[in-house]
Order: sequence, then structure tokens, then C-alpha cells
Amino acid sequence: MLKRYNINNQILLLTGILIIIPFFFQNDFYYEIAILSILNALIVIGLNLLMGYAGQVSLGHGAFAGLGAYISVVLTSNYGLNPLLSIFISVVIMGLLAFIISKPILKLKGHYLAMATLGIGIIINIILEVEEEFTGGVDGMSVDSFVVFGYELSDSIDWYILCAVLLVFAIWAFENLIKSPFGRLLRSIHDSEKAADSVGIDVSYYKSIVFVISVVIATIAGSLYAFFSGFISPQEASFTHSIELVVMVVLGGLGRVYGALFGAVILTVLPQLLTSFEDYETMVFGMIIIAVMIFMPKGIVSLFDKVVKKKEQSNASS
Amino acid sequence: MLQVSHVTKKFGGVKAVDDFSFNVKKGTIHSIIGPNGAGKTTLVNMITGVYKVDSGTVFLDGSDITNLATNKLVHRGVCRTFQHLEICGNLTVIENVMLGFDKYMDKNILRSCFRASSILEDEKRYFKRGMHLLDLIGLADFADFEAKNLSYGILKKLEIIRALATSPEVMLLDEPVAGLNPKETQEVSELIKTVVADELTVILVEHDMKMIMQISDHITVMNFGQKLAEGTPSEIVNNEEVIKAYLGSGALNGK
Repeated sequence: MLKRYNINNQILLLTGILIIIPFFFQNDFYYEIAILSILNALIVIGLNLLMGYAGQVSLGHGAFAGLGAYISVVLTSNYGLNPLLSIFISVVIMGLLAFIISKPILKLKGHYLAMATLGIGIIINIILEVEEEFTGGVDGMSVDSFVVFGYELSDSIDWYILCAVLLVFAIWAFENLIKSPFGRLLRSIHDSEKAADSVGIDVSYYKSIVFVISVVIATIAGSLYAFFSGFISPQEASFTHSIELVVMVVLGGLGRVYGALFGAVILTVLPQLLTSFEDYETMVFGMIIIAVMIFMPKGIVSLFDKVVKKKEQSNASS
Repeated sequence: MLQVSHVTKKFGGVKAVDDFSFNVKKGTIHSIIGPNGAGKTTLVNMITGVYKVDSGTVFLDGSDITNLATNKLVHRGVCRTFQHLEICGNLTVIENVMLGFDKYMDKNILRSCFRASSILEDEKRYFKRGMHLLDLIGLADFADFEAKNLSYGILKKLEIIRALATSPEVMLLDEPVAGLNPKETQEVSELIKTVVADELTVILVEHDMKMIMQISDHITVMNFGQKLAEGTPSEIVNNEEVIKAYLGSGALNGK
């Protein structure tokens, strides 16, 4: 029989954890880290769909998230649009942009695709720094508060709830997506484009679609983060941010939805935990990443595979 | 059924296929043989849209399919397999077969995200049909194995089954038994014969002469991108030019 993945149990567990952890939060800073982790996780889930499932690398997703955030912020702060409407418009613009650039770019493979996305990312970053009139230049700009249906999201707990709900929904939807024929199609593109082509799959069309999905999610998460923090600078769209996102995907586990979550949380939280190392912080951080990649080449999420396997075996024998 | 007329493909100055024409009758196994480098695979690649045809046309049931992309051709009922395996290694065997049903499945993104009933029903229906196909060739036991862990012989068969799942009218097989042992070769020829029994048309590129002579209805011999001879298996074995260029005199004695 087909493997029956029990999606719902995992979702329930995740929901439970998300409800419980705020009780351990001592101040707003904890909320800030949690929200940042969740929003990063959202971007990484989308990027993982592109990298882990369809097998197309992107070194520009930080820039896409940043540009998407800027469009939302500028529409709200400079033109007074409702934040939700701004995000919606930004999603449409970024989706179209992603679709248009995906056509020529996704014809490239491997290193060349990495180079092309890297180039686009850097161009976006430069534009954001130079267009001071709209973006405030390298110093960034402050962002109006997030008002939805007359209610202003200002408390950290409000933001936490919003982001947690989005995360649970996104994970549930993506688990469903990758276990559907659409998901199988993506994995086939990863393994052999020729095979996918030979059974009638329009490979370049589906690559574009996945690219668009990942950019749209990055836009939403990036925009929310800008509204939450009340400030945005081109740093959001920097090359470093793009690299961070890719590291989250690989560290968590390529082609695993929960891997994206682990990667994002660990890479967001770990630097905070390592502050006690002071000057050596970055070094220790780097060493941990290297160690994970050597001992868990399939990502952190592979740790849990053994547990699940044992459970399955005991279930099968009982 | 399939009419290929005057197709030419040049690579630089070399004419890999030169003004080549042939017709394939419905429901037959039409083999294309010839020495290495004769242009057989190039011909298959031209028919299936992998290479653009420099000149000439390809017609399927009277409609022009010249230079149509491979994935578009599948929707017109033309499917192929590859000389070098193109199997999705990280997918299980049954998933590879279900991939063959892709063109019939609902792939709407929103419905997929929300586990709509149409998605679940498709999965169930085509899982059953996939298992049925695997049963036919005795691979059902391997259904849940990741393809990359299986032997070359099994994967060669799997590729044919996956192509079969697209329910084509014409199937092009590029060296389906290359590298297989005699037993596996026999199994694949039987598979091809049963496929044809279902009113399917097969174009077969192969070097295994024993198999070719056994199952072909019609043979076209290629050499240097041109047609050397054409006819039934018995006509071909007795054609002196073919013997000189390809078969060698041993073939006369029935090997």
C-alpha cells in the first residue's frame, strides 16, 4: 500500500508546541525571536519547495523577500493604503515579476542558475539602496503600524498568534501539496527532467510556477516582518540574508517540510544563544553548521526519521 | 499511422540523418536497425521533438507533429523510452508508474493544498491502475522500493511500463534490452508483444538481432543516416547489402 503519512498528528503536535512556548517567554525579546523564526520558516518552506523538491537553487530569495516587503511598506507608509491591500498588491507584482524572470532564468542549471539568481538579488539590493526617494536609502525607513479591519496589531502576542496560525496553515497546505500528484511531479523534475518531459510534463512551466509560489511566500513573510518590526532597511534584501535562507533549507533538510521549520528556528535562535561566546560567536556558529552537515548530511530533520522508523516497526509487529 | 518523410538532421557538417523517409503501420512493431552511428537515435530524437528537424515532416494520423515538444507529443499519443535510463531514482517504483498517469491527474495547486476529493480520488484510482500494470510484469513486490536501489533490468522494464501508463498510440523504444541478460531480454520482448496485442504501435531501435527477428513485423535498416533496406524480417536477413553493412555473413546461418 501507499505510505499513509499521518499529517494531522504532526500538525496537532506543532500547534500544541506553538501554544505552549509563549508561557516560557520572559519578555518581548523572546516573542521577537519567535516571530522572526516563524517568518523565516515561512520563507524557507517556500524556498524548500523550489530547492528541495523541484531541485532549483536560488541565491536571491532574501532579495525577493526584501523587495516584496518594500513594495508593501511603501504602498502603506507613502501612499496610505491599508496594509492588507498593500501586501496583496505586492504579492501580485512580485508574482508577475517572478513569472517573467523565471522563464529565461530557469533554463539555466546548477551553478549557472545560482549565479543568475545571485545577480538578480544583488541588482534588487542596489536598487533599494539607490532609490532613496522611495526607500530611504541605506538607512532604511520606518513603517506604519499594521491596522487590519480597524484593529491595530501592536502587541507581540497578537503578532505571535498571527504568525503561528500562518505557519500551521502553511505547513499543513504544503504537506498536502507535496503528497499530491503536483508534488510527485516536482520531485520527478528534481530527479530527471527528461523523464518528466517524456510523460508529458511541461517542465519549464512547472518550474516557473514553483518559483512564483516561493517568491509569493517570501513576499508575504517579508512584508509581515517589516510591519512587525516597524522598520525596514536594504539589509533585509542583502546577499547575506539570501545565503542565510539557503543555509536554513540545507541545514534543516532538503525536501522536507519540517526540515525547513527546524532550519529556520535553529539558525534564528542559535546566534542569540551563542552571545555568551562574545567574540567567538560567529566561529562557534560556523563550527556547529559544519558539524551538522558532516554528521547529518540529510539535515537536522533526519534525526527524527530513526524515531519514526522505530515506532513504525513496533506498530507493525504489534 | 506515423509518416516520416524526407527528414534531415545536420550536426555541423555531418548529416546524421539524410533525407530519410519511412511509414509505420498501425498495430505493428516496426524495428529500426543499423550499425552504431547510423543515426537511429537521432531519428527517434527528431520524431519525439528532442531535436529540431532541419527539413522534412513527421505526420501522425494525417496531422503534422513535426518539431512538437516531447511533452506535447505525449498528449497526442506519442511516448518514448531512452537508451540511457531516465528513471526518477528518489521516487518509488509505483510513483514512477503513477508519474506516467500524470497527464490525467488533477494538479490544481489550491485543490492539492486543501486535499480536495478530486486529488485523493485520482491518487487512489491511478495507484490501483499502476499496481495493475506492475502486476502484469511481476514487479508488484517492488512497488514501494526506491527506484535507485533496483537493478538495471527492472528499471528498463519500469521505463516501458511508465511510458505505457501514458496510454500512447505510438511508443518509441530506444534500445530497450541493451545491457540485459537473455532471460530479461525475453521478458521485455514478451512485454512488447503484449503491448502490441493491445493495438499499440511500436517503433523499436535495437541491436539484439534475435529479438528483432522474433518480434518485428517490419524492419528498416539504416546506414550513414540513409535507408539501406526495408522489409519483413525474412527479407532483411536475406538482403545482401544489409549482411555486408551490418549483420555479417553469420546471420545467414541463423546464428
